[in-house]
Amino acid sequence: MIYMEEFDVVVVGAGPAGSITAKYAAMGGASVLMLEKRQEVGSPVRCGEGIARKWIDEVGIKLDKRWIAHEVKGAKIVSPDGTEFRIDEEYAGSEVGTMIERDIFDKALAEDAVKAGAELRLKSAVRGLLFDDSGKVSGVRVESLEGTYEVKAGAVVGADGFESQVGRWGGIDTTIKPNDITSAIQYRMVDIVPDPDYAEFFLGTTWAPGGYVWIFPKSETSANVGVGILLSNVKEPGDAKKYLDRFIQNRPGLKKGRIIEIVSGGVPVSAPLDETVKDGLLLVGDAARQTNPLTGGGIANGCIAGKIAGETLAAAAKEGDFSRQFLMRYENGWRDRLEEELYRDWMAKEKLVGLDDDTLNKMIHVLSESDIDELSVYRILEEIKKRYPELVKEIEDLL
Amino acid sequence: MIRIDVSKCMHCGACVGTCPVNAMFLNDATLEIYDNCIDCGLCVRVCPVAALTMIKG
Repeated sequence: MIYMEEFDVVVVGAGPAGSITAKYAAMGGASVLMLEKRQEVGSPVRCGEGIARKWIDEVGIKLDKRWIAHEVKGAKIVSPDGTEFRIDEEYAGSEVGTMIERDIFDKALAEDAVKAGAELRLKSAVRGLLFDDSGKVSGVRVESLEGTYEVKAGAVVGADGFESQVGRWGGIDTTIKPNDITSAIQYRMVDIVPDPDYAEFFLGTTWAPGGYVWIFPKSETSANVGVGILLSNVKEPGDAKKYLDRFIQNRPGLKKGRIIEIVSGGVPVSAPLDETVKDGLLLVGDAARQTNPLTGGGIANGCIAGKIAGETLAAAAKEGDFSRQFLMRYENGWRDRLEEELYRDWMAKEKLVGLDDDTLNKMIHVLSESDIDELSVYRILEEIKKRYPELVKEIEDLL
Repeated sequence: MIRIDVSKCMHCGACVGTCPVNAMFLNDATLEIYDNCIDCGLCVRVCPVAALTMIKG
């Protein structure tokens, strides 16, 4: 028999969730192989590039000026009629505060993983899983520069993003419905006049039915300008691009700008999956649908879950036990940390996407006149309830 | 069946993640569509840049 390589852990995908998982697994003594299908980590960028500072300590990421592009004071939510509601970055969720260069950020996290002892192979696409006689996932089949080969693994980690295949191959149903998927496109624009102090979110059916337009400044004269539209609200193919182009044409500070990068993608905005582990398999990040369903932000939760996954896998390697039962430590860990917020924000999203422009206007008027300082679903509902209790009734019953 | 306009495709994977029957695969800069496609058209709609079209036959 031909010699087959074997690792405790094979991580599929070298985005932030994959790299953090690989890093913590390797730090804990596991042998780790991370496979990335692209020839370069972090490129092409598929992200709005906003993060908050408050969660990065938790996952052991050190602020690094190599990947910090710009700082903002907070978020600005703009209603369909143009009313603004501002919120300080400290209270504005996991995506507002620091604008990053995602390609450099991803490379830095991959570097951390490699320094911790993980091996990284590029241009290496995983095309299928291996299973042992008991049905446990036991490795991967790889197509790469070196040809096609198989690698044995105690556990395989699906960190393969929105388009994840690993979960489906391994028997975890990651399929999500059209009303839980966002079609998104973004331009990196230069020679524009963004508000350099705020990450702006524009709501309303005119600009983004069942979603929002964002302007995330990357300097005084440049920004990521994008739109996400709920798939169930897409009428014609290419709607996302049409909505974005129209928004830009209607915005004096943007319409003379120039585009130096186009980013597109699908964003999961679903409720949490029923399961993210099997014997010898776990999912993390967008692949596990851990993305915040209200904002579409995936970096924070991917990194937080990645750390829990890496620590679990290191312990599993020590015990020599990669069973579903052991890996439930990860499943329970990420649910304890993230599930309540994910579920609450998903319900808020379900409610928000059904609101007409009049109602959105009313809500944002209330918020702009209030002294609310925290962008949490709970605080917002509380404030709106004072003026429009009927608006809040339905979602409150759910909560 | 689904046709890919390779000059428009951004290789972003929005279609792959949306496909309800796992009939697509994005290998770096190559998008593959398999025979188990059920012509539901969700990939055509989710594509942010209209790179996919449904054709008869």
